[in-house]
Amino acid sequence: MTRTRTPGISRRSSLALMGAGAISVAAPWVARAQAKTIKIGMPTILSGRVAQLGTSSRNAVMLEVDKVNAAGGLAGRQIEMVIRDSKGQPQEAARVARELVNTDGCEWLIDGEASSGSFAVHEVARDLGVLCVHTCSEASSLTADPKQHIPNAFRCVRQGIHDSIVGGSYAAAIAKTKGLKKWATCSPDYAYGRDTTGEFTLYLKRFAPDVELISESWPKLFQPDYTEVVTKILQAKPQALYSCLWGGDLTSYIDQANIYAMFGQMEVFAVNMADYTALTVVKNLPKGIHSGNRYIKTFPATPENAAWGDAYKAKYNEYPTNWSWQNATAVMFLAEAAKKANSTDGKKIAEVLAGLTIKCPFGADGTVTMRGDDHTLVGYAIGWGTTIPQEPYVPEVKAGDWKTIFELEAEWKKSKGYT
Amino acid sequence: MDLDALAGCLSSSACLVTQTTSGLIIGMLLFLVAVGLTLIFGVLKIVNFSHGAFYMFGAYFAMTAYQLTGSFALAMFAGAAGTAVLGLIFERVFMSRVYGADVLMQLLVCYAFVLIFDDVVRLIWGPEFKSMGMPAAFQVMPLFIAGGVVPPYYLLLIGVALVAAIVLGIGLSRSRIGKVIRAAAHNPGMVSALGINTGLIYGGVFALGGMLAGLAGALAAPVRSLTPGMGFSVLIESFIVTVIGGMGSIVGALVGALLLGLIRSFGSLGFPLFTEGLMYLFMVIVLVSKPTGLFGKEAA
Repeated sequence: MTRTRTPGISRRSSLALMGAGAISVAAPWVARAQAKTIKIGMPTILSGRVAQLGTSSRNAVMLEVDKVNAAGGLAGRQIEMVIRDSKGQPQEAARVARELVNTDGCEWLIDGEASSGSFAVHEVARDLGVLCVHTCSEASSLTADPKQHIPNAFRCVRQGIHDSIVGGSYAAAIAKTKGLKKWATCSPDYAYGRDTTGEFTLYLKRFAPDVELISESWPKLFQPDYTEVVTKILQAKPQALYSCLWGGDLTSYIDQANIYAMFGQMEVFAVNMADYTALTVVKNLPKGIHSGNRYIKTFPATPENAAWGDAYKAKYNEYPTNWSWQNATAVMFLAEAAKKANSTDGKKIAEVLAGLTIKCPFGADGTVTMRGDDHTLVGYAIGWGTTIPQEPYVPEVKAGDWKTIFELEAEWKKSKGYT
Repeated sequence: MDLDALAGCLSSSACLVTQTTSGLIIGMLLFLVAVGLTLIFGVLKIVNFSHGAFYMFGAYFAMTAYQLTGSFALAMFAGAAGTAVLGLIFERVFMSRVYGADVLMQLLVCYAFVLIFDDVVRLIWGPEFKSMGMPAAFQVMPLFIAGGVVPPYYLLLIGVALVAAIVLGIGLSRSRIGKVIRAAAHNPGMVSALGINTGLIYGGVFALGGMLAGLAGALAAPVRSLTPGMGFSVLIESFIVTVIGGMGSIVGALVGALLLGLIRSFGSLGFPLFTEGLMYLFMVIVLVSKPTGLFGKEAA
C-alpha cells in the first residue's frame, strides 16, 4: 500500500521553511550573504549642527566606493551603500544600525557617528556580530579599553591620545623656546573637551614641567557668545592658550576674540583649527595660530594626498574634512581586506583586517596600519603647525614621531589599567 | 568657585570696565530678542516659541546683504527689514488663525515653524556654519578705558540697542500708535469697536517683534557663526529674561537682560563651573519671591 501525500506543503517541509525563516529573521545577513551586490550600512549625522561632517563622511565613502566598484567590486560583488541619518542621537544611531542589518540586509557597517553614537553602534555590532568599522569617533577608550574589544569591530580614526601626545610635545618645545610658562585653557564642556584638554596639559607638563595652568574656561557646547570667556582669559593674562573648540564654536570664538585683539597678546594653540571647515569660513583668520592637522591636502606633502584632496573638491565643490579622510581610509582597508581574503565574509575580513598595512595617501610614510591587538588605526599623518589666512593655510607642519607616540600610549594605557 | 578672582576683579578698575562692558554687550543683544518676545506676549498673549527663528533670519539676511553690497549699514537694514516683513506674513497667514485656540495648539504651530524655518535656512544657505566677517571699519584695535578693554564694535552694538530701547519705550508710552497698541493689549474688543483695525495692529506688533530679533541677529552676525538652528539657544535665554523681568514688561526685559549679562560676565570669574547655573538660580529666586517677575503686573 502506498501512502498518498496530501496536497500542499508537508509537515517536514513546513518545519524546514519555518526554521529557515527563523534563521533569516534572527540573522538575516547569513541568509543574504550570497546576494550579488554587497550592502554596507552607514549610520551618520546628516542633519543638525554637525551635518556638514556627516555629509563629508558620506561624500568620501562614495568617492572610494565608486573606485572600488569600477575596479570590479569586493571579491566580485558590487558595493551598495545604504546611508541613513542618525541626527547625531545615540539611541537613533543604534536603532538605524540595527535596522540597516536586520531589515535592509546590510552585511557590514561603516559607523560614521561621533563618539556618543559610536559607543551605541558598537553595542549593536557586539550584539549582531556584524563587521563594523568606526570612522569618526576619536574617543581613545573605544578601542583602548579591553572591555570594549570585540573581534568584529575596528576603528579607522585618529585618536585623542595620539593627538594629545603630539600636541603636548609640540607645545612644550615652543613653550621652552619662547618661555611660555603661564597657560590658560578654553574648551567645550563635554566629554571630548574635558578629556582632550586633560590629556594635552598632561603631556605639555610632562615635556615642559615648569608650565603652570592659571585659568580654565569651559563654555558649553554650541554656546553662541564667548565674550565673558574672552574677557576672563584677558584678565588672567596667560602667555599661551590651549583650546579644543571646533567647527562653528571655534570660528565664533575667533571672531569674538579678534575684536579684543587677543591673538596679539598670547600664543594660541587650537588643535581643531587646521580643518577646511573652519579655515575657509573664518573671514579674518589671525596669523600664527598653532594647530594640529585635521585634514589638509598639503600634509602629508605627497602628490597622492594632494590629488585625493583635489579629486574630492572637484566632485563635491568643497574641501574634505577630517571625517572624510578617515571614511575614505576605511573603504580602502575593506577593499584591500576583501582582495586578500578573496571573500566578503565578515569573519574572514575581520581576520585579515587585524594587523593589515595598506598604502594610503594619509599615511605618515605612505602607509597606514590597522593595529592587530586593539583594532585601531596607527601610522597616519599627524603633526602640528601654524596657520596663515590663505592657502595652503598651514604652510609647514611638524610631523609627530610615531615611536614616541607608541611609547607614551603604552604608558598611558597602563596608567588607565587597560593593559 | 574662585571668589579671590572675583574680589580681585571688583577692586581693579581695568577688570571692572572690561567685565561690565562684556556684561552690557551680552545683555543688550539679549534685550533686543527678549523685548520682541515680551511685546508679542503683552499685546497678543502668545508665547512665540518661534521667535528665535527671526534672530536667525536676521543674521542670514544681513550676511547675504553684506556679501552682495559690502555695506554694513545695508546689512543691518536688510536684517531688520527682512524679518519685519517675515513677521508680518507669519502673523497674518498663520498665527492669526490660532489666536482663540488652545495654548497647546499655539505652541505646536510655533514649534512646527521652528523646524520649518530651520529647514528653509538649510535649503537656502546650506547646512554648514557660516561667518559674515567683521567689516573693515571695525577691524581696529580695541579702546582702553581706565585700563579696561572695550572693542569699538561692541560700543556700536550697545548704542544701537539702547536707541532701540529708548525709541520703543517713548513710542509706546507717548505716541498715538503706542497708545493704541497698549489699548489693544488691554481691551481689543473695545479698540475694534472704535473702528481701529486690530488685525493690522497685531500684524504690526509681530513685525516689530520680528524686526527687533532680526536686528539682534544682524548685529551678532559679524561675531557669531551662523547655522540653522542658531536661534534656539538665544530663545531659551530670552525666556529666562522675560521670566525674570516679567512677561509683557519692556522695562523688565531691559533690566532682566542686563542682569543676566552681568551675571554671566562676573559669574565666569567667580563661579567658572556654575555660570549657567547662576542664571537659573537667579530666575528661581525671582520666581519664588515675585512670581510675576521683577516688573510683571499681577493678574487682575
